Amino acid sequence: MATPIHLSRRTLLSLAGLGAGAVALGGCGDSGSDSAGIEWWHIQNTDPMLPVWAAFAEEFQAQNEGVGITITPLENEAFKARLTTVTQAGDPPDIYHTWGGGVLRQQVEAGLCQDITDAVAPWRDILQPASTLPYEIDGRLYGVPFDIGMVGLWYNKALFADAGITAPPQTWAEYLEVVGRLKAAGITPIALAGGEKWPGHYYWAYLAMRIGGIEALSRAAEDNNFTTPAFIGAGERLAELVALEPFQEGFLGASYGEPDGQAAAMGNGDAAMELMGQWAPAVQEEASGVEGGIGTDLGFFPFPAVDGGQGSASDAFGGGGGFAIGRDASPDAIRFLEFISQVDKQRRAAATGAFLPVTIGAEDAIEDPNLAAVAETLANAGNFQLYLDQAYAPAVGQEVNDRVAELIAGQMTPEQVAEAVTVVAQR
Amino acid sequence: MDRNLRRRRISDRITIGLFLLPALVLFGVLVVAPILVAAYTSLFRWNGFGGLPTDFIGLDNFVRLLDDPVFIGDLRRGALLVVLSVTVQLPLALGLALLLNQKLRGRAVYRVLFFAPYVLSEVITAVLFDMVFSQNRGLANHVLRLVGLESLSSTWLSDPSTVLYSVFLVMTWKYFGFHMILLLAGRQNIPRELHEAAATDGAGGWQIFRHVTLPLLAPTIRISMFLAVIGSIQLFDLVWVLTGGGPLNASETMAVTMFQYGFRRFEVGYASAISIAMFLISLIFAVLYQRFILRRDLEGAMTTMGDQR
Repeated sequence: MATPIHLSRRTLLSLAGLGAGAVALGGCGDSGSDSAGIEWWHIQNTDPMLPVWAAFAEEFQAQNEGVGITITPLENEAFKARLTTVTQAGDPPDIYHTWGGGVLRQQVEAGLCQDITDAVAPWRDILQPASTLPYEIDGRLYGVPFDIGMVGLWYNKALFADAGITAPPQTWAEYLEVVGRLKAAGITPIALAGGEKWPGHYYWAYLAMRIGGIEALSRAAEDNNFTTPAFIGAGERLAELVALEPFQEGFLGASYGEPDGQAAAMGNGDAAMELMGQWAPAVQEEASGVEGGIGTDLGFFPFPAVDGGQGSASDAFGGGGGFAIGRDASPDAIRFLEFISQVDKQRRAAATGAFLPVTIGAEDAIEDPNLAAVAETLANAGNFQLYLDQAYAPAVGQEVNDRVAELIAGQMTPEQVAEAVTVVAQR
Repeated sequence: MDRNLRRRRISDRITIGLFLLPALVLFGVLVVAPILVAAYTSLFRWNGFGGLPTDFIGLDNFVRLLDDPVFIGDLRRGALLVVLSVTVQLPLALGLALLLNQKLRGRAVYRVLFFAPYVLSEVITAVLFDMVFSQNRGLANHVLRLVGLESLSSTWLSDPSTVLYSVFLVMTWKYFGFHMILLLAGRQNIPRELHEAAATDGAGGWQIFRHVTLPLLAPTIRISMFLAVIGSIQLFDLVWVLTGGGPLNASETMAVTMFQYGFRRFEVGYASAISIAMFLISLIFAVLYQRFILRRDLEGAMTTMGDQR
């Protein structure tokens, strides 16, 4: 469930976020009745995006006399807990962060956010078509994306060269061979944050996509049945990988962004690969404390194809951030979303390097070559699948994460994983 | 005369009522009402969104609870923590308390030092030990290497078979000072004459401890045990920050499971059922413990209306 947007979550930061939230909440306690006020909750609570959002809000206020925007930046986990509380009270913020998918669907069903299909229609075509998919529910739009990203394999070119590997693998069989050769060369092939579970589910989801195609995933959600060849096959392929013991020592308890975790192992050059989203280079640098991480040794390649599978190797798996409009928000809130979706705003956001823009024509503002590679892969993607722990209902997504973690620990068979997820989906 | 007495009794009761009222209101609003709401929502399938729950499923959540391997595991792990607390942590605290009751040089310094961990918040403690137990850069493995015990170095929090014991180690570090101070206070309440009399009668050190100190410390020990057990049942912050309940639920407690279902899976109805189960377990334990074990200690301390009045 926890998909970080370019920021590692530190306890202190979350406390700071909570504190800031409390102050902001206290400040806008009476703005609910004030129709001109917009309450905005976002989760870019650190540099570089925090000041960019603040600047956008100020510019919008300068152009629109009488509209006040109250910003509440929250840390990822703090945001989820706090949003749960206010939505239970039936009082969502006017603009709030959303990842789309299953959680957004629950909010829509509870009548907490507005159907903005018609309000956005006049300017919707400035956005990349795929980027709005996560926010579409039963054909209606409930959110506007502000960034998008995808998961792929990040690898250390120097370590690959040490093991005598010249080109990134194209198929799963080649991938397993690469893992074997790295291991034979005494290199830890893969860094994995087993303690946080969501990084492990990327493997299972991607394999299911490659085996059954993207339709197999949406069909599973509709039929509430995961005991299909795509998911069982994904478990079997993943078990093949696990059998090679490719992960770093103590991976079962490893975190993602902490100094001993998955990203740090990559940033320190202790592991050769990780399967992670577009924020990976930034977190590698931050978590390892090594300036620039492994620098130009870092490369990116898409998840390999599975022989005989129906999914194309160009299908992308990922997600992004967007904003939903609370049920009591004024039309000004939607106008603000239009304002920040303009290409000049998106270029400024993209220039921070923490952001893959969704507005057509803003891509060339990306300076980092690795991020540019991700953006290019995305632009050529035939299909786009949202993170499973976001796409499905929260209980199902969490069950996927938990059970796949047990599969990776060798405590569950592929069939058991598929059955356990099916049981929760049908509940 | 009789009327005067009755009138005074009535005015006494009004006074008592007035003084109790603020506490009763707070207790009702902040303790009783949430328990009742949780009991109510535990009978529904509810994701917590939008108004009151509607999908009534009776006791299904509780039936599911008894069939949930994670929850059953929580009970087993909780029991293990209780047993370890009582058999390892308490004797350690008792030993230190008795030691620090002796005339030692720098006794006050030791007392403060041993009590210091208790003053830290659980979250700070957990963040601290997260670093201590870090497998590559942690203090624990580093020290073991320095003293040549490299074979004992471990992945501590990353291995399902060692994680619960590592958590217990942190718990002990944090709480032994608290129990030590409790027991030390109890020990200092024992009049010195009793030990002197026993010594005069020819009792040895062990005999004095066994037949004088221990029986007279028993009320304090029983309270200490009570607090340790309730603390183990409700354990949350430490585990949440240290391991999040992992790896593979190997350090999960009931409170962590409740949080997972309430705030991760949005199964608020089921999470309420877990919280009610926790409440009942604590309540039953507390009632039985007071009824059968603390009975002698509480005699005379509790007001019973009726015949004694």
